[in-house]
Amino acid sequence: MFIVAIGLVVAMWEAYKAVGPARGGDLLGFKILPRTNDQVMPHVWNMVKRLSDPVQRGTDQTIASVVLSGVWYSFRLALVGFAFGITCGMGIAVLLTRFKLIERAVLPYLVVSQTVPLIALAPLVAGWGGKLQVGGFVWPRWMSAAVLGAFLAFFPVAVGTLRGLKSPSASSLELMDSFASPWHRTLFTLRFPAAVPYIVPSLKLGASAAVVGVVVAEISTGLRGGIGRLIIEYARQATSDPTKVYTGIFGAALVGLGMAALVAASDLALMRHRPKGDAA
Amino acid sequence: MSAVEVTQVNKIFNAGKQNAVEALVDVDLVVQPGEFVSLIGPSGCGKSTLLRLIANLLEPTSGSILVNGKPAKQARIDQDYGMAFQQSGLFEWRTVARNIELPLELKGWDKAKRRARSREMLELVKLGDFAKHMPWQLSGGMQQRVAIARALASHPKLLLMDEPFGALDEMTREHMQSELLQICARTSTTVVFVTHSIPEAVYLSNRVVVMSPRPGRITDIIDVELGSDRNEDTREDAAFYGRITAVREALRGVEMAAGARGIEDR
Repeated sequence: MFIVAIGLVVAMWEAYKAVGPARGGDLLGFKILPRTNDQVMPHVWNMVKRLSDPVQRGTDQTIASVVLSGVWYSFRLALVGFAFGITCGMGIAVLLTRFKLIERAVLPYLVVSQTVPLIALAPLVAGWGGKLQVGGFVWPRWMSAAVLGAFLAFFPVAVGTLRGLKSPSASSLELMDSFASPWHRTLFTLRFPAAVPYIVPSLKLGASAAVVGVVVAEISTGLRGGIGRLIIEYARQATSDPTKVYTGIFGAALVGLGMAALVAASDLALMRHRPKGDAA
Repeated sequence: MSAVEVTQVNKIFNAGKQNAVEALVDVDLVVQPGEFVSLIGPSGCGKSTLLRLIANLLEPTSGSILVNGKPAKQARIDQDYGMAFQQSGLFEWRTVARNIELPLELKGWDKAKRRARSREMLELVKLGDFAKHMPWQLSGGMQQRVAIARALASHPKLLLMDEPFGALDEMTREHMQSELLQICARTSTTVVFVTHSIPEAVYLSNRVVVMSPRPGRITDIIDVELGSDRNEDTREDAAFYGRITAVREALRGVEMAAGARGIEDR
């Protein structure tokens, strides 16, 4: 199915390139139809071919290998950010479930936190790199990017988990009370398992948010080694070398796919014994 | 020693506020060991509240509640009673056997002991072949049986049931009533049973406690002398109908007084 979908996208791209206006066009008076010349919409096969070209004249290193190492770097960052985001998100959700007062006090701030543009926050967090020191621990520069990934990832996880933790029916909670189950036992034997159908989709959102956070953080802090930096470098060469930009974009998509695959695997594992079709 | 001893209990929700509700006023009730007592009455009469007070899921505003001679809270901590609700409330991520083992897990039993007990309970409710099934693979009646098995898993002397058969169809419901009587006879369990249904209350109980709303209180307690070995024939017995009429008239008095609705005549 996935392969078919990619084929369709390629076919649409090439079809539009074949029939669309070369200099762009107006629709209802707005200039929105993209130009179809090779500068703006290179042929898909040229993009793929570009991957196997050397990065610079005279080196063996291909663009593909550079992009792949960038993918691997950013993937690890996104993974750290995601893990960090899950921890914070779930921690917040547990706290808000435990203390109703905190929920009313904190929830609005969580929402506000997501309206702060990442670009505005990135330089601030990036400034910690190499400067912040806690005991013997020096804040590495890459950590800033991971933190920004976590900053985007934690929100959907917190909201999804919070809903899930509150999903058990009153009688299920009464049942646990009737067994004199302490709060933390009820949390792990009832609330968390009941929350799984809510947590899994929130992880999907969180995973892609972590990738966006990391890539944007790399771009705005100029962190080297990741796919974000590659995209911005290649974008500068876009006028002379349009296909190269797309190799970077392929790389970013690959990071996202890797994260999505990870979450899909956890979905399969966690929802194995659940009734099909009625999950939230 | 009585199984349950409720003395001069009052329960006011939102006490002291504008929306205060007198859920129960001056309730006295004693349930003897081995007895089957039903609480019946229109919606809002406090029968579920009374059950939750006995279970210590709610605290009374005043008065005292003893379960097995202990304060209700201690009885809850000691898992002296089991509880079953209208929704079976099985955990859909656990197998049938692990659902039954839940109260034992919380008590800290080891795995082998838990396994043995859940097997015993599954035999008791005639679901021996379904240990490994997931709850959603069972019918409503079977799920309710698992819930009963779970409630009885730690061999409590007292079973508290809140309209456990309310969501079942009529045929399954009658079948489950007979099953419940057999299970209770075999395990000599005391039951306090909340229901909307007059025939259900009469068929199951030694005594039917009739309650009335606004404020919730006990208006009548009717003895049901149908003997201990009741079966499907009991349902066609003249004495059975006589008792149904007695309960219905007691409830009608309640309805006349309160103008309430919500009693099923089935």
